[in-house]
This record gives sequence, C-alpha cells and structure tokens, in this order.
Amino acid sequence: MLLEYVAIAILIALATFIALAAVLMGELFGPKRRTAVKAEPYESGMRPIGPGTRRMPVRFYLIAMLFILFDIEVVFLLPWAVAFRQLGVFGLVEMLIFIAILLVGYFYAWRKGALEWE
Amino acid sequence: MDYALLIEWTLKSLILLLVLLGGFAYLTLYERKALARIQVRIGPNRAGPWGILQPVADGIKLIFKEEFTPASADKLLFFLAPLITVVPALVIAAVVPWGPPVEIFGRRVTLQVADLNVGVLYVMAIASISVYGIVLAGWASNNKYAMLGGMRSSAQMISYELALGLAFVTAILLADSMQLSEIVAAQRNVWFVVLQPVGAAIFLIATLAEVNRAPFDMPEAEQELTAGYHTEYSGMKFALFFMAEYDKMIVVSALAASLFFGGYWGPGVERFPWLGPVYMAIKVIILLFGMIWVRATLPRIRYDRLMSLGWKVLFPLALAVAFITALGILLEQLWLVPLLSLLAAFLTSLLVTRAIWRKVYA
Repeated sequence: MLLEYVAIAILIALATFIALAAVLMGELFGPKRRTAVKAEPYESGMRPIGPGTRRMPVRFYLIAMLFILFDIEVVFLLPWAVAFRQLGVFGLVEMLIFIAILLVGYFYAWRKGALEWE
Repeated sequence: MDYALLIEWTLKSLILLLVLLGGFAYLTLYERKALARIQVRIGPNRAGPWGILQPVADGIKLIFKEEFTPASADKLLFFLAPLITVVPALVIAAVVPWGPPVEIFGRRVTLQVADLNVGVLYVMAIASISVYGIVLAGWASNNKYAMLGGMRSSAQMISYELALGLAFVTAILLADSMQLSEIVAAQRNVWFVVLQPVGAAIFLIATLAEVNRAPFDMPEAEQELTAGYHTEYSGMKFALFFMAEYDKMIVVSALAASLFFGGYWGPGVERFPWLGPVYMAIKVIILLFGMIWVRATLPRIRYDRLMSLGWKVLFPLALAVAFITALGILLEQLWLVPLLSLLAAFLTSLLVTRAIWRKVYA
C-alpha cells in the first residue's frame, strides 16, 4: 500500500517540472525592458505611500485560530466515519459528547463576536 | 517492485497531467463561450473555426510577455508562490478514479494514479497546501492590494474547508471507506446525492469558495482589489495562477462526481469498462457548466456575509447533516437520511431568512 506513494512522488516531480518549464519559457522568450517606474508596486498609477506589507486586522488571526480548533475536530471525524459501522451506538454517543464540548466553545466564540466582520 | 510498475505510474501521471493541461486550456474557452451565450453574445470566434484555437493563441501570447518582478518584492518567494499554488492543484487529481480497472496487455490497470487507502485525507491535505501559495504570493508582492487579496483569500479558504471536510465525512460514512475507488464502487446502485442531497449541496457550495469562484471571488474583487493576490504577476507566472484556478475547478468537479454523483458508473459500464471515463467526463463537464452558470447568474457576496455563511450557516448545518447520516446508518433506516437532512436544511434556511428580515426591518 505504501508503494502507491511512489506514484504520487512521480506525479509531483512531473507537475513541478511542467510548472518550472512554463516559468522558464516565459523568462526565455519574454522581453526584458526594466525601468525604475515599472518596478514600483502597482497602485492604479499612483505613487505608493508607505510599505506594501502592513499590519493586518486581528480578525484574520482569530479566524485562523478558530480554524485550527475546528479543523482538528473534522480530522477526528474522518477516522471515526471509517470505523463507524464497527463502533455502533458507542461511537455515536462518544462523538456526540466530543462535539458537544467543542460546540460550547463555538457558541462562546459566536457570542463574543469572533465570527463577526464589521 | 518491478520496472513495468514504474513505467505504468509514469505513463498514468503523464496522461493525467496532459488531460489537466488540455482541460485547463479548453475550460477557459468553454467558460468564455458559455458566458457569452448566457449574455447573448457570440464569444471568441476569430482564432480557428468556432474559436477553437483561442487557448493556443492565449498561451503563445503569455509566453512572449515580460516576466516581471517588482523591485520591492521578495524575489525567491515571488518566484516560488505560483509553483506552490499550481503543483497541488495538479497533484490532487491523483486519487480520482476515472474508470473501473481495465485489462491492458494482460495487466490489471486501475484508472487512477494512486489508489490510496486514505484518499479523502490526501485530498484535504494537498488542497490545504495551495493556501500557502496564495498567501505567499500576496505577501511577497509587497503590494497593498495583493496583501489584502492574499489574506482574504486564505481566510475564506480555511473557513470553507470546515464545511468541506464535514461534507467528506458524510460520503465516508455512507461508503464506509476513505478510499475513493471504494466510495465510487459503493455507489453502484444508488448515488450518494440521492441519500445525502444536503451533503452534496454543501460540498458544491464549499468547493466554489475553495477555488475562489464567483459568487465567492472576493479575493479578486476587481473594483476594490484590482486582481487580488496576483496583481503583480505577469506572463507565465500569472498563467500558472490561472491554471491553478481552472485545474482546481476540474478536480473539484471530478471529486464531486466521485463522491456524490456516482463517479464512473452509468448504464453499461459493467460490460464495457471503457465507458467509465466517458461517463466521468460527461459528469465533470455538466458540473463545470453549473459553476460557469453560477458565475453568470449570481452577484458577488459581501465579504462579511461570505464569512458568516461559512461559519454560522454551512458549518453547523454540515455538522448536523454528518450526525443525521450516522444516525440513519446506525438505525439501518437509510430513507431517514435524506428526509432529516432536507428538514435540517429547510430549518436552517428559515432561520437565515428570519435573521436577514430582522436586520432589514430593524
């Protein structure tokens, strides 16, 4: 079964090769006329003010943190789903308790406004 | 391990990549033609008969465009970001079965690159990698639009991944396996879309958001963010981002077909296994038309509503639907599954409607 991953490795190598070849072809055939103005960041023709990478709203980090929490929950559900027919009632009740605990956190985050975007 | 196996894998990988590259080229034409028809236009018709050489012309044009890196960009990451985006988009398709196993030169050949026993997990893992490409593209460009586009895009993709993962769970529960070939084989008599229509609907909505397609194409909302994370990209690097988006469209359509719409099954496949890929292609083309149709019909959703839809509507609904499926299997009353799921979806839409009305008349 692990042998199948060799096929995936071959596919990844070929895909990387094709993508690299595409970029290199562009580098090879494309014109190279660099000017100082062209090398500025694009901002609809205006001179950019300040750096391009600034501080981001904290909501993005909040969403990322919540995502990690609930994504782990989903990852727990995957093996549970495969083994569900063997686990039976025990599996269902067990998973309901697990999800119920996580749902408390979910509704807490909802009430606190972590899911709101102004 | 023998050399024949190695040759088989290399050939299958090459064929898959060629299909995806050709599919990407002609999907752009297909989309432009279909959109044009919906908007009562003709669409591209100059390059070759009916415009069939249009993708070739576009490709040649892009090769001869200047590859351009802004002076303030992070050079290495700027170069790597399109590669990190496009390689996963091409590699996800490895586990999709395109047909039942066939005999070629006395060898039993499966029509998929690798039949992993953790196929669904593989899809989720690889799909997550392309988020890195997008957020790195936004960050490495050192451009405000690109940065905002990249952040929005990654936040949206990870938000909808939850609902997507739970939609996978319903299909796994019904098939009792994570192996995609077995999930398809389990749909020989009944497609899972019949047993779990709500799960299929959630899957389709979440994949639309996952591939950044309209109406969830906020990251590249051109009125406010020009082109989002690929604002600074030109030439073939831009083409790679484009290729990633369209190949992901093809791959998620193939996955939707495999998980919910019976994969390669259709009348006569048992007797003629070569019909399998044909049915698969037809299903993928129909699902792709659905995506294009949605783009032509629906306006873009506001970003706050998009995040609310993902977190407050789709995620709880998908969780409920997963448990309804488990309950139906436990009680061995499978007819309960679609009934209760549709009821849950109906209740959810009632609650959403009420919440929106309250906001409107507050």
